[in-house]
Amino acid sequence: MSSRDLLIRGRGITKVFGYGAAKTTAVDTVDFDFHKGEIISIVGESGSGKTTLAKIIMGLLKESGGSIDYKGQPRVLRRHADRKKYWKDIQAIFQDPFSSFNLFQRVEKLLLSCIRLQGLKLTKEEQFNKMKEACSFVNLKFEELYNKYPFELSGGQMQRLMIARIFMLHPKVLIADEPTSMVDACSRSTILDMLLKLRDENEMTIIFITHDVGLAYYVSDTIYIMEKGQIVERGPAEDIILNPQQAYTRQLISDVPKIHTAWDLG
Amino acid sequence: MTTNILEVSGLKTYYKTRLKEKVFAVDGVDFVLEEGKTLGIAGESGCGKSTLALSLMGFYFPPLHYGSGSIQIHGRDIMKLSKEQLRTQISGREIAYIPQAAMNALNPTLRIIRFIEDIMKEHRPELTKKQVWDMAVERFETLNLSPKVLRSYPNELSGGMKQRTVIAISTILNPKVLIADEPTSALDVTSQKAVIKLMKDLLDKQFIRSLVFITHELPLLYHVTDDIMVMYAGEIVERGTAEQMIFDPLHPYTKKLMGSIIVPEEGMKGHKLAAIPGTPPNLKHVPAGCRFAERCSYAQDQCRENNVAVKEVDGRQYRCHFDTGTLKEWYANEQS
Amino acid sequence: MKNSFNILIKSPKFMLGAGIFIVMLALVLIFPMINRKDPLEMIALAFQPPSSQLWLGSDNFGRDLFLELMYGIQTSIRVGLIAGVFATAIGLIIGLASGYIGGIVDNLLTSITNIFIVIPSFIILILISVSINSRSSLVTAIIIGITSWPWTARAVRAQTSSLRNRDHVHIAKISGHSTPRIIVFEILPYIASYVVMAFVLQTASGILSEASISMLGLGPYNTISLGIIMNWALVFEAPVAGAWWAFIPAALSIALITFSLYMMNTGMDEIFNPKIRS
Repeated sequence: MSSRDLLIRGRGITKVFGYGAAKTTAVDTVDFDFHKGEIISIVGESGSGKTTLAKIIMGLLKESGGSIDYKGQPRVLRRHADRKKYWKDIQAIFQDPFSSFNLFQRVEKLLLSCIRLQGLKLTKEEQFNKMKEACSFVNLKFEELYNKYPFELSGGQMQRLMIARIFMLHPKVLIADEPTSMVDACSRSTILDMLLKLRDENEMTIIFITHDVGLAYYVSDTIYIMEKGQIVERGPAEDIILNPQQAYTRQLISDVPKIHTAWDLG
Repeated sequence: MTTNILEVSGLKTYYKTRLKEKVFAVDGVDFVLEEGKTLGIAGESGCGKSTLALSLMGFYFPPLHYGSGSIQIHGRDIMKLSKEQLRTQISGREIAYIPQAAMNALNPTLRIIRFIEDIMKEHRPELTKKQVWDMAVERFETLNLSPKVLRSYPNELSGGMKQRTVIAISTILNPKVLIADEPTSALDVTSQKAVIKLMKDLLDKQFIRSLVFITHELPLLYHVTDDIMVMYAGEIVERGTAEQMIFDPLHPYTKKLMGSIIVPEEGMKGHKLAAIPGTPPNLKHVPAGCRFAERCSYAQDQCRENNVAVKEVDGRQYRCHFDTGTLKEWYANEQS
Repeated sequence: MKNSFNILIKSPKFMLGAGIFIVMLALVLIFPMINRKDPLEMIALAFQPPSSQLWLGSDNFGRDLFLELMYGIQTSIRVGLIAGVFATAIGLIIGLASGYIGGIVDNLLTSITNIFIVIPSFIILILISVSINSRSSLVTAIIIGITSWPWTARAVRAQTSSLRNRDHVHIAKISGHSTPRIIVFEILPYIASYVVMAFVLQTASGILSEASISMLGLGPYNTISLGIIMNWALVFEAPVAGAWWAFIPAALSIALITFSLYMMNTGMDEIFNPKIRS
C-alpha cells in the first residue's frame, strides 16, 4: 500500500477541548498516512476520540496542534475559498441517516445539488440520467423516489441514497463515520459492498470510523486502533486482527463474539 | 422430564393505524420454551421480533392490540387473566421484560434503590426498608455489581452499568423467564460482554430459569442461547439449535442472514458477504404464498402462489416449500 | 410546508382562533369605510347609554364609542403586529448568531439576553415611554418590540445550537455551502414553525403591553387604541358614572384578540411539537 501516492499525512495531531480544569484531550499526538485508493479503519470504543479525529480530517474542527499535509502540501483552511477547494475532494457519510438528511428537501433536490456542486451545466435530460444512474448504482429506483421526502424512506434506503450522492460527487477521500451501525446486517453487507465498488471504480480513499473490529477487518487494508485519544497500534488489517501486538487490541478483539472460536466471558 | 415454561400458540397481534387498518406484526407465532433453556430471536428490523417480545408480556397498549392465540406460562394462559392479575401475579414474577433502550427510561431523579423499593412495595409489602436494602445489596454482590450503585442516580452510571443495573432490578423477584430486547445493541463491545456475563450469571445462579434474547447480532446469539428462531414478516421461518442455525441453515432467508455475519476471524477477509435485495414486505399488504419469495433467489412459481406450512425435520422447524435435500444441494452448488 | 398548512387547517383550536381573529380584523377594517365619520367628533351628550343610534353609547366627550372601538382595535392590532415583528426579528437574529457561531459570540450574546430577561421589561417600557416626547403608535410598537425579544432569542439559540451539530449541516458545510445559505436552508426550515408560534405570542403580548402602558397614560398620542379608550374611561371616572359601556367593550376586545391569538398558538403547538404530534 505504501507504494501508492500519499494523499493525507498527519503529524502530531492534537485536539484539546475546554480550558483550565475542564480541559480534556480528545485526540493526543496522532500520526497518520493515508494513501490513494487505500481503505483505512480507525477503530475505537466510544470516547476514544475517533469521531473528533474524523472531524479534524474533514476540516470541520480545527486541530489544536500538529500539522496535516494534503497532496504533499500543508493543508490551508483559513479562508472559505480554501475550505471550499479542500471540500471538493472530501466527502462524508455519517452514522445516523435520519440526521444526515434535510427533512425539508425532496430526494430530487438533494441529488440536483450534487450536480450543481460539481459546477456542471447539464440539460434536464442529462440531469435526469445522471441521477437515475446514481440511484441504480445503489439499487434504488429514481422514478419512485425523486418526489419523496427523506422521512418516507427506510434507514437502509437513506444510507444508500447517501452513497448515491458520493457516487455522483466522486470525491478523492470519503470519511465513513459508523455508516452501518444503525442498519441491520443485511443492509450492512449491501452498503459495504457498494462502498468497496466505489473504491474500485474511482480509486477513492475511504476512511472508516468504527467500533466494529469485524467490519474493520473485512473492509480495510490498514487498521488504526485508537484508545483514549491515542493510536495504540496501526498496520495492515491481517496483522492487527490475526496477530495483535498490544494488550488493548487483543482485549478489543477478544471481547467480540466470534463463530469459530470460543468466547471467553472471563 | 422437562417442563415447558413458555408455550405460545397461534399468537397474532396487530397495530391499528390511524386509518383503522390492522397491521399484523406478529402473525400466527407458535413456539415452546423448555425450562432451563434459552432462546434467541433474530431477523431484520421490521420483521416483528420486538413486537413479539412485547406481546409475550400480555400487556397491550394502543396502537398494539391482541388478535388471537394463547400464551401459557407453566400451563397457565395469561391471556385469560385480567390486567390487575397480570400486573400483580405475572409481570416481574413470572416474566420480566427489558425493552430496547430500557437504560434510558430510568427516572433520573431517583436513586437506584428507589426502583427496587417500589417493586417490593408492590409485590412484597411485608418487607421493611432495611430488609429490602439488605436483599438488594446481597443480590448485587452475587451478581458482581458494586452495591455502591444502589445509592447512585442513573446518570452517574455508564451506559453498560446502567443496562446491567436495569437487568438486575427487573429480575429481583426471580422471574421464570427474562425477555431481553436488544439489551446490548447501544453498547461498546466491552460493556456488551459484561451484560452477557450478567445474564449468564442470572441463569447459572437460577435467579431466572429461561431467557428469550432478541437481537440482530447473530454471533452473540450463538454464544448465548441454546436455540435460535428467525422471524420474517411476522412469522417464524426457522428454528433450530444455535449450532445448526449458524452453520447449517435450511431456510433461504436464514442462509442469507448467516451469510452476512462479519467477525474478526481468519477467513473473513475476502469472503463474499451475502446481501438480500429489496426490503421486507409491507405488513399492510402481505404477499400471497411464501412471504420471502420476492427476495429469494430460489423462488419458483409455487412459492408465490401457495401458502407454506411449517415442516419439521429432526426436531428442527422451517417454513419453505422445498425439502432439506433440495435446499442443501442448492447451497452446495452455490458454494462451488 | 404546504403539508403543515394542510394539517393546521384540520386543527379545531387553530381554526377557532384564526376565525375569531379574521372576523375581528375584517370588521374593524370594513366598518370605518361604511361609517366615514371622524371617531373623535363629538356627536352626542356625555355618557349616553347604548341605543339604536349609538350602539355602544357615548363617552365623556359624547363621542361614538362603537366607532372609537373599531379604530382602537385597528391600532391595537397594528401595534401588536409591529411589536411582534420587531421582537421576533431581533430574537431570531440574536438567537441564530449566538447558536450558530458559538464560542465567545455565544457567551456574549447569551449574557446580553439574560440581562434583558432579568430586567422587568414593563419597567423599561414605562421609563422609555416617559422619556420620549413624541410618541406615535409606531414608536410605542417599536419600544414594545425591543423590550420583548429575549425569550425568542433564548429559544432560537437553543434550537440552533443543537441543529448546528446535526449531520445534514455538516454535509452542507463540506459541500462548500456558505454560512448564510446553510442558515437559510438547513437551519431555518427546522425552526420556522417555532418562530411563527413565537411571533403569534409576541403579537398577543404586544397588544397587552400597549393596553397596559396606554391605560397608565403613557401610550401613543393622537390616536385611539384600546388602552387609550380605557385610559379615558378611567380619567373621566366612567365607572363612577356607571357608564360600563365606556370600558367593558374595550376590555372584552383585548381579551378576545389575545384569546384568539393564544388559541392559534396552542393549535400550532399541538401540530408542530413533535412530542405531542406522535
